[in-house]
Amino acid sequence: MPLHQYHFNASISSSSSTFIAPPSAFTSSSRSQNFSLPLRNSEICRCVATPQEAKTPTAYKTSVSRNANMGKLQAGYLFPEVARRRNAHKEKYPDAQVISLGIGDTTEPIPDVITSSMSKKCQALSTLEGYSGYGAEQGEKSLRAAIRSTFYTDLGINDDDIFVSDGAKCDISRLQVVFGSDVTMAVQDPSYPAYVDSSVIMGQTGQFQKDVEKYANIEYMNCTPENGFFPDLSKSTRTDIIFFCSPNNPTGAAATREQLTRLVQFAKDNGSIIVYDSAYAMYMSDDNPRSIFEIPGATEVAIETSSFSKYAGFTGVRLGWTVVPKELLFSDGFPVARDFNRVVCTCFNGASNVAQAGGLACLSPDGLKAMREVIGFYKENTEIIVDTFNSLGFKVYGGRNAPYVWVHFPGRSSWDVFAEILEKTHVVTTPGSGFGPGGEGFVRVSAFGHRANVLEACKRFRQLYK
Amino acid sequence: MYKLLICNSTLSDKLFDPGCLHTSFGIRKEKKDHYTNVPRNANLEKLPKGYLFPEISLRQHQHLEQHPDASLISLGIGDTTEPVPDIVTSRMADFASGLSTLEGYRGYGAEQGNKELRKAIAETFYKDVNVKDSEVFVSDGAQCDIARLQLLLGSRVTAAVQDPSFPGYIDTSVIIGQAGDLDHETGRYHRLEYMKCGPENKFFPDLRRTSSTDVIFFCSPNNPTGHAATRQQLEQLVKFAKDNGSIIVFDSAYATYISDDSPRSIFEIPGAKEVAVEISSFSKFAGFTGVRLGWTVVPSELCFSNGFPVIHDFNRVVCTCFNGASNIAQAGGLACLSSEGFEGVRTRVNYYKENAEILLDALASLNIKAYGGQNAPYVWVHFPGMNSWEVFDMILEKANIITVPGCGFGPGGEEFLRISAFGHRESILEAARRLKALFS
Repeated sequence: MPLHQYHFNASISSSSSTFIAPPSAFTSSSRSQNFSLPLRNSEICRCVATPQEAKTPTAYKTSVSRNANMGKLQAGYLFPEVARRRNAHKEKYPDAQVISLGIGDTTEPIPDVITSSMSKKCQALSTLEGYSGYGAEQGEKSLRAAIRSTFYTDLGINDDDIFVSDGAKCDISRLQVVFGSDVTMAVQDPSYPAYVDSSVIMGQTGQFQKDVEKYANIEYMNCTPENGFFPDLSKSTRTDIIFFCSPNNPTGAAATREQLTRLVQFAKDNGSIIVYDSAYAMYMSDDNPRSIFEIPGATEVAIETSSFSKYAGFTGVRLGWTVVPKELLFSDGFPVARDFNRVVCTCFNGASNVAQAGGLACLSPDGLKAMREVIGFYKENTEIIVDTFNSLGFKVYGGRNAPYVWVHFPGRSSWDVFAEILEKTHVVTTPGSGFGPGGEGFVRVSAFGHRANVLEACKRFRQLYK
Repeated sequence: MYKLLICNSTLSDKLFDPGCLHTSFGIRKEKKDHYTNVPRNANLEKLPKGYLFPEISLRQHQHLEQHPDASLISLGIGDTTEPVPDIVTSRMADFASGLSTLEGYRGYGAEQGNKELRKAIAETFYKDVNVKDSEVFVSDGAQCDIARLQLLLGSRVTAAVQDPSFPGYIDTSVIIGQAGDLDHETGRYHRLEYMKCGPENKFFPDLRRTSSTDVIFFCSPNNPTGHAATRQQLEQLVKFAKDNGSIIVFDSAYATYISDDSPRSIFEIPGAKEVAVEISSFSKFAGFTGVRLGWTVVPSELCFSNGFPVIHDFNRVVCTCFNGASNIAQAGGLACLSSEGFEGVRTRVNYYKENAEILLDALASLNIKAYGGQNAPYVWVHFPGMNSWEVFDMILEKANIITVPGCGFGPGGEEFLRISAFGHRESILEAARRLKALFS
């Protein structure tokens, strides 16, 4: 994501919100940079030395070389950047009612049936009978079983193929640690930034190429309205790993059975591994596959990752899972699940037992019913947003199978549109280019929010774009 | 904490869970097996094929098969056993219930942690050493932070570890590609520097004999030896790091167990902020081994060789590879650091310390040389000339007690046994009785 593009954007006036300079600035000995570390909530953290503090050229430096991979990253992770812009905007307009439809953060309270089980678990930790220490790093057996029976019945998946985690984003990095630096990867373009960023950190990529806004050595599979948001596989170079998210963040597209069958075939023919992100599966309205494992043969080529975040409002509670089928083998026949298990046992210590208790409640009949109601609520929000932009004459995508609306602003810079919407309506969205060059010209509007806020935001959109 | 016995699930589950056994396997390609063309990560191949935990589990299981009525006492895994104080869990419960309300619902938190909690950690543990809130990163535990630090440091740095040491430093180093190949004869990785810590050198490495490395992992109070480095020793360490341009990763997870005036934080040593990060955890002082909460301090002064602040990269890794510790766990952490909460968790720490004393006394009465136990919940027992697995087997066979053979912590642990002091008082007393019966 090319931060330099808006580095000189006049809409940010506060000096405390200076963007992190491109890495090349650090080859000089000058320390005259402000480093603001973006935080997601309202605090702006200015934690690194500023010119005013005693960071003179003679200040001590260790002899440890900075990891060159970190140096390849262009700027901060996308969502803290959006948050930073939001916070700066709030500072500039302290009386404005800023509405956040940017970061996909759930807003509605968690159903009682779920929180009461977590509450009980907390209380039980104070009793002799109820106290539990370390849990299995792979997750509690009952939860693994519940995940399997809820989402993977008759798909050739066993309880012990399921690894409970503290969320999909964390699992993505653990998968990258398993794969190591010598694999090649493909992503959809646009895509959830964690796939690319974790790949850079892991050392799988080359340098960022500013002219095309892509990292060398990553295969970007363009997903556009023209190709129905499914890549033209005949034009895709083989890579070891293919990250695929469906329903898609940010485009909202849900791949069809036919498309996924082709994807699985492509992976099989090329000996690739699909990392299939199904975190939004329960948002589907259409009849599309909810799990990659609905496709025959997928257990030999795919890993699936998912999350309670967007189903149960667990964005802060932290719970997810990854499925690694036993049939998935490296080129020497070694089962991927064994290495994943090793990484999970070494680099992780299990999801919080309280979160897991909540997860189990989520998957009870009452819990599932309650989750579906909340999901239904956000789907209604999505409809309202889709209708609004449609009525304004915009080309609108997504929204039907995911809580994201992908709005086309042809010929315009998405950061400019983001800034314009923020400045003129006090609504935060997410610029499409933050998801990759294929997102340029689009803005993602997320449908998480209190109904009143979503309605108000739509009212403001109508005023701005009438 | 790195679990040397895999978790609390029933033994037979663990044993027959194919995902956990890391024994060598014969791959026979069935005609129908599809092999992808994705090469296995060479680093993962370097991890030891047979490792400690399934081996302990196996022996435990075999023992139970032969003695089904045996009343086994586990002083192996360092897992807390005593309930969490009410004041802490009730706040957690309230917070959880609050998530069902409009006012109390919280979505994503800052990846770096809740601001109040960061502040409370800074004030509780680092008040006199001027660590800022903004330098504290809340996590889901030290083991996870170690992995994130390794991701940050990358494969090209060199690392030194104490020998013996918590296996997580070595294993993550291998996984990330720093450690080179394993020498099966010595049990050491070629590219790692092992800093022997034994009674002969007061459990502090002879730094004159230590090669310079980029990173130095140092745990104090130490797991497994229980030794808390003295101020003088840590001053030497900081100077060594400064002279060599190294970064110390200081693991202070057991600091609350210190009885004497050994430093609780590396930052008590002047100059440490320019050379060290510190990791710690609520696991062993709050009983949060299952709840999952810890923190890492990265001083803003700490810079790479090109002047780039380490904190900036750590923040980026935290924002990209992590999504914050559970908000309920963080609510619990905050309660632990309230004055009433802290009183409560101190009681638990003291309880385990008393356990350690009981074990130390028992061993002293048997004239068995035991180290540690005063500043840490681990007792490090010396059986000169003996193979640590043999001692483990003997104690399991004859006293029905699970311990951990010292060699599991590195070649420097041979001849030693780690006995952990976590457990209900009755178990500890019974274990002490059995040890006395066995060795007298």
